[in-house]
Amino acid sequence: MVLKSVEKTRRETLTLAAMAGLALLIAPRMSLADEAAVAAEIKKLYGDKKLESGKIKLDVPEIAENGLVVPINVEVESPMTDSNYVKTVHVFADGNPLPGVVSYRFTPACGKAAASIRMRLAQTQNIVCIAEMSNGALHSVKANVKVTIGGCGG
Amino acid sequence: MATASIPRVRLPAQAKPGELIEIKTLISHEMESGQRRDSAGKVIPRKIIKQFVAAFNGKTVFEADWHPAISANPYQSFFYKAAESGEFTFTWKDDDGSEYVAKNKLTVG
Repeated sequence: MVLKSVEKTRRETLTLAAMAGLALLIAPRMSLADEAAVAAEIKKLYGDKKLESGKIKLDVPEIAENGLVVPINVEVESPMTDSNYVKTVHVFADGNPLPGVVSYRFTPACGKAAASIRMRLAQTQNIVCIAEMSNGALHSVKANVKVTIGGCGG
Repeated sequence: MATASIPRVRLPAQAKPGELIEIKTLISHEMESGQRRDSAGKVIPRKIIKQFVAAFNGKTVFEADWHPAISANPYQSFFYKAAESGEFTFTWKDDDGSEYVAKNKLTVG
């Protein structure tokens, strides 16, 4: 009897260990967003409105050694007056588990539509930036960042 | 891993009217993305600061919505055009409902 109970415990332990091992194998293969996911996010926000180029200066490293901390600086050309300013800037990443990175809301009081932050990137991917002006015009820009070590706990 | 979130803000104490000043903020926070798994394969629940708000004399001047892709101990910098003397209120809003606040005075003249 004693032996049997010990064996059962051992079997349970082994099963648990096997399950944990399996989970570890599956874990790094998490589902990642793609270009379509980013496009869907933009469509949700702005429908099929035309995206113009220009006006946005997106500053990201060409190669990021550490995907956990990637600096990103966005600057949008604008006089930032009460009648002509940058309302919103959205930043998306097309190779992270979730496409959203950050959304900024500026006011004319900012004087300059620029902001810096640090983000996590799971792998080499594109950063897409959309700026909405006070007159409704949309501008977009895209940049690729090569990531040496992914930053999503993998 | 959970540590107290201590905000740090750097900005000039004085500015001339119309001068553009840069405000640099940093707060200690793990920014748990909700994407990681622990050793047993269980998802570690998300806990991030989801919003940062900067107000001057009670009026919001800059806001940022942060997603789980923002790095731990988030840094955020932005600009402000000095117009009048007053006080900044910076608020960081956590997923769990708590708010971390920092206040800084600015003298314009």
